[in-house]
Amino acid sequence: MKREELMVAAIKNGTVIDHIPCGKLFEVVSLLRLAEVQTGSIMIGCNLASSKMGSKSIIKIADKFFSDAELNQLSVVAPNVTLCIIRDYEVVEKRRVSLPQALKGIVRCGNPKCITNNEPMDTHFHVVDVDKGVISCHYCNKEQSLDSVKLV
Amino acid sequence: MAESLVTIATLTREKIDYLLEMAQEFEKHPNRKLLDGRVVATLFFEPSTRTRLSFETAASRLGARVIGFTDPKVTSSTKGETLKDTIMMVGNYADIIVMRHYLEGAARYAAEVSPVPVVNAGDGANQHPTQTMLDLYSIKKTQGTLENLNIYMVGDLKYGRTVHSLLQAMRHYNPTFHFIAPRELAMPEEYKLYCDARGIKYVEHEDFNEDVISGADILYMTRVQRERFTDLMEYERVKDVYILRESMLGKAKENMRILHPLPRVNEIAYDVDASPHAYYFEQARNGLYAREAILCNALGITLEEVRADQTIIL
Repeated sequence: MKREELMVAAIKNGTVIDHIPCGKLFEVVSLLRLAEVQTGSIMIGCNLASSKMGSKSIIKIADKFFSDAELNQLSVVAPNVTLCIIRDYEVVEKRRVSLPQALKGIVRCGNPKCITNNEPMDTHFHVVDVDKGVISCHYCNKEQSLDSVKLV
Repeated sequence: MAESLVTIATLTREKIDYLLEMAQEFEKHPNRKLLDGRVVATLFFEPSTRTRLSFETAASRLGARVIGFTDPKVTSSTKGETLKDTIMMVGNYADIIVMRHYLEGAARYAAEVSPVPVVNAGDGANQHPTQTMLDLYSIKKTQGTLENLNIYMVGDLKYGRTVHSLLQAMRHYNPTFHFIAPRELAMPEEYKLYCDARGIKYVEHEDFNEDVISGADILYMTRVQRERFTDLMEYERVKDVYILRESMLGKAKENMRILHPLPRVNEIAYDVDASPHAYYFEQARNGLYAREAILCNALGITLEEVRADQTIIL
């Protein structure tokens, strides 16, 4: 932990997203629309050593707190991240993300003949199996695995 | 209450039984003025003569007027109009929309945005609930019940949307399924899991002969299409295997009836047509009654109102 704090500075208040697989870092950035966040500094560390996962990425967003719905979207790309809410340099809450029952406008349907890939509309999926990461399209009913879906 | 019909998979047993009872009323008296003054729009983004004629006949026999298009080439969708815009526009004119679309999920989306009820007349490989309703009606009419039947499905069980919907709709009635198909077109794993999860019994066969079908109450034939095969050698091998001939009916149960969603090409030999087991043309006729019921139900007309109907044309 010491070493990591050296590499990515601590924040006073805000949100820390830890244990992001390095390959998923930029998807997390885009899902949380970090490019649009104006409130405070954002620090991103990539390819950091991790005892748990070998290498990992971390994002620290100062003065920004996300809704549960926003954070739970992360379960689509990185189900094993750790979320820390920081107030006055202290971790006041630490939790995991959980897959919401419905995913709206987050991932694209893998079926090219699905209406959602042919109309200007939001996608909508129901979660069929949380453990196996199986979702099904609200419109075309195709079941698909979270491992293979792409973000919109 | 007006309601769209998008899929059969989520209909309750009560609702299915209710719609079948209503269809029975329409079989007794198909010609009425129940929809006098109403306008039914039939939007066929993909041509389907059979389904369209059936719907338009159902609407006409109930006194409604029909607008619509039969070929998307003449519509604004070729100019790039979205489905939503077409539906919003037609929803201003008609009391109900009957839609066939080549994209999967189009019916669900249309029902969500439409100001009037939408009846799905087929959306790609996804759902075709009115076909399933007429299949159920035909099964009930010929067997006297939907309960505890042996239903044999033959041919293309992989892509056959009608067999998948029928399988889902029959879940309420304790069926035993037999799936008879070439390996390349076998019933997909997800539907077998669907059966497993609900305790529905099924047996798979690759052979199709007199003995295999001797236990059937319903023999549901589908077409094995050349374009479904990745391996054309395999197609050549199986194309004549799944053809039903009169000579195969010797051991059939007396009550057994042969259904087919039509059009057939060669999967039922012509000599079967004269057999008392053949039922596919009557089945198509039942589509009229089933669709009369579906149109009325979608427009909020109840079974009681149909029974008390004073507009019957004798």
